[in-house]
Amino acid sequence: MDKWILKYFTLIRVMIALIIGVAVTILMIYLISEYPGESLKYFFTGPLVSKGRLFNILEMAAPMIFCGVAIALSFQADQFNLGAEGSFIIAAAVGTAFAVSTNMPAFIHIPLVLLVAGATGAAWSLIPGILKAKWKASELVSSLMMNYVALYLSLFLINSYFRDLDAGFLVSLRLPETALFTQFLPGTRMHFGIILAVIAALAAYYFLYHTTSGYEFRQTGYNKQFARFGGINIIKVIIMSQVLLGFVAGVGGVSEVMGIHGRFLWQGFPNYGWDGIIVAIIGRSHPILIIFSSLLLAYLRVGGQVLNLMGDVPAELVNVIQSLIILLITAEAFLGQWKYRITRRQAEKEEAAK
Amino acid sequence: MSELFSSIFSVNFGFAILRVMTPLLFPAIGIAISTMAGSQNIAMEGSMLIAAFFGVIVGALTGSLALALIAGIAAGVLLCMILGYFHLKLKADIFLSAVALNMFASGITIFLLFMITGDKGSTSSLKSPIFPNFHIPLIEKIPIIGGIISGHNVLTYVALLSVPLFFILMFKTPLGLRIRAVGQNPDAAESVGIDVNRTKMYALMISGVFAALGGLYLSMGYVSWFSRDMTAGRGFIAIAAATLGGMMPVGLLLSSLFFAFVSAVAIYIASLNIPSELIQLIPYLTTVIALAVFSGRATRKKKEKAAAEMAQKKLEQQGQQ
Repeated sequence: MDKWILKYFTLIRVMIALIIGVAVTILMIYLISEYPGESLKYFFTGPLVSKGRLFNILEMAAPMIFCGVAIALSFQADQFNLGAEGSFIIAAAVGTAFAVSTNMPAFIHIPLVLLVAGATGAAWSLIPGILKAKWKASELVSSLMMNYVALYLSLFLINSYFRDLDAGFLVSLRLPETALFTQFLPGTRMHFGIILAVIAALAAYYFLYHTTSGYEFRQTGYNKQFARFGGINIIKVIIMSQVLLGFVAGVGGVSEVMGIHGRFLWQGFPNYGWDGIIVAIIGRSHPILIIFSSLLLAYLRVGGQVLNLMGDVPAELVNVIQSLIILLITAEAFLGQWKYRITRRQAEKEEAAK
Repeated sequence: MSELFSSIFSVNFGFAILRVMTPLLFPAIGIAISTMAGSQNIAMEGSMLIAAFFGVIVGALTGSLALALIAGIAAGVLLCMILGYFHLKLKADIFLSAVALNMFASGITIFLLFMITGDKGSTSSLKSPIFPNFHIPLIEKIPIIGGIISGHNVLTYVALLSVPLFFILMFKTPLGLRIRAVGQNPDAAESVGIDVNRTKMYALMISGVFAALGGLYLSMGYVSWFSRDMTAGRGFIAIAAATLGGMMPVGLLLSSLFFAFVSAVAIYIASLNIPSELIQLIPYLTTVIALAVFSGRATRKKKEKAAAEMAQKKLEQQGQQ
C-alpha cells in the first residue's frame, strides 16, 4: 500500500485537490442556494443529461486541449511562457486572412490554412524563445507583452482589411466553404478540430515520451545543469519548445475559426491561453491527462452555465473552484508531511526486512 | 492631422495622461518591490480587482471613506499574503499560484457582486463614497500647468508621492536593504541572519498595498462604481511598465507616463476614426525591445566580467610560478 501511494503520489495529490474542490463547491452551493438539492443536481448532472450539453463539453474542450498541450510542451522544458494566448489569436487572424483571400479545393485549402496558422503561431512564439535562449530575458514578461502586440496586430489586420462591412458588428469576412471544417454530426457543432485536438495531444505524448528530442525536453525541465552536462543543447531545447508551443496554439486558434465560428470574431483576448495553463497544471503537463483535464474543466464550465441558467448560483463559482484546485495542485508541499511519513515508514520496513 | 495635434497639445490631454497613469503607476511600484525581493508578484491584477470591489462594498455599506480604504487595502494585501503563504510555505510556483489567484479574484468578485446586488455587471445600484479631487493652491492658478497638474483625485497625488516614497523605502531603510539583499542573493542574506521568507512576505504585502491603492483608485476615483473585471489587464500592463522602467523610481514614473500617453493618444485617434490598434501596440513592442536590450547588455557584462576574472586568475597563476 505504502509503495503504491509513493508511486502514484502526484496523481493522488491531484485527486485530493479535485475532491477538496468538489467538496467546497457542494458547501458553497449549500450555503448560497435557496434550494441546494436542485442546484447540486443542475451543476453536477446538468451537463450530462442532454445531448446538446454533452457536445457542448466536447466543443468547449477542443481549444483547451490545444492550448493545454502547447503550454505543457513548454512546461516540460521548464519554460513559463504565457504566449499561447498570443499565438492563438495571431494565428487565427492570419489564418483567416489567408483563407479568405485564397481559393482552392478543400483537400488542399484546409491543410494549407492550418499550416499557415501553425507557422504564424510558431514564428510568433519564436521571439520570446530567442530572447530567453540568447539573452536570458524573462520569457514570462516578453511572452505576455507579445500577447498584447498579437492582439492589436490581429485586430488591425482583421478590422482594417478583412472586415465584413455587412455584418453589422466587428467581425471578419466569412471563410469560404473550402476552408471550413465540416460539422459531421447533424444538430451539433462537432467538427474536425475536436479530433485534431486529440491527435495533437497524442502526437505531443509520442514526442515527449518516445523520441530523443522529447527526452531532452524533459531532462532540461527536470534539471538544467544535469542536462547541460549530459550534452543536451539547452538553447535548442528552449527555442524548440517555444516554437512547438506556438505551432500547436496557432493550429488551435484557426481551428476554432474553421470549426465553430466560420470567421474571426474576437475583439479582445479569448482567454484560451489561461485555460490552457489551468488544464496543463491539472493534467500535470502530461498530454494524455490534459485531454481529461480539459474535459473536466469544460464539464465544470457547462455545469456552471446550467446552474446559472436554472438555479440561483452564479456561474463564476467555477472560477473560484478552479483557482482553489490549481493552488492546491501547485503547492508542492501540500500533503508533504504525509508523504514524508510514508516514505519514512517504507524505509524502516525495508531496513527491518534486511 | 492638425486636429489630432491640437487635441494632443491641450490641457485636457495632459490632464487625461495623469488620470490614466495613476492605476498603472501604483501596481508598477508594487511589482518593482516584489521583483527586487526576487519573488515577482504577478497577482497584481487580482489584488487590484479585489481591493476595488471591497472598497466599494464597504464604502456603500458604511458610508465611510476611511473604512473603504482600510477594507480595500486589507483585501489586496490578504490576497498577496495567500500568494506568499503558498509560495513560501507550501513551495508552490509563484507564477502559477498568482495565475490561480488572479482567476480567483475575478471569480469571487463577480460571485459576491451577484450575491450582494443581484446584478453581475456592476455596483451602479450601490451608492459608495469616492476619493475627493484636490486643487493645489497656487499651482492651480498657473496657466496650462495648473490645469494639467491641479484638480486630480487625491490618489493621483498619492501615486506621484509614492515614487519618492518607494525610493526611500528601498534605498534608505533597513527593510529596503534587506529586501534587496534577499532578492540579489538569498543565501548570502540568510548567512548574515536575515529571515528570507519573512522578508519576501513583507515585500509581497507591500506590493499588495500598492496594488490595492491602484484598484481603489479605479472604483472610487476614476469612476464611482465597481464593474466586473474592471482592472482590464492593468495589473499585467504594470509588469510591462515596471520592466521598461528598469524597476527604478524615475524609470517607473516615466514608463507609466509613456503607457498612459499612448493609451490616451489611442483613445483620441479612435474618436477620429483612424485605426488605433497600431498605436496601442507600441508600448508593448517597446517593452519587448527594451527587455531584449537590457538583458543583452546584462549578459554581455556578465561575460566580460567572467572573462576579466579568468584573465586575472591566469595572471596570478603566472605570477606564482
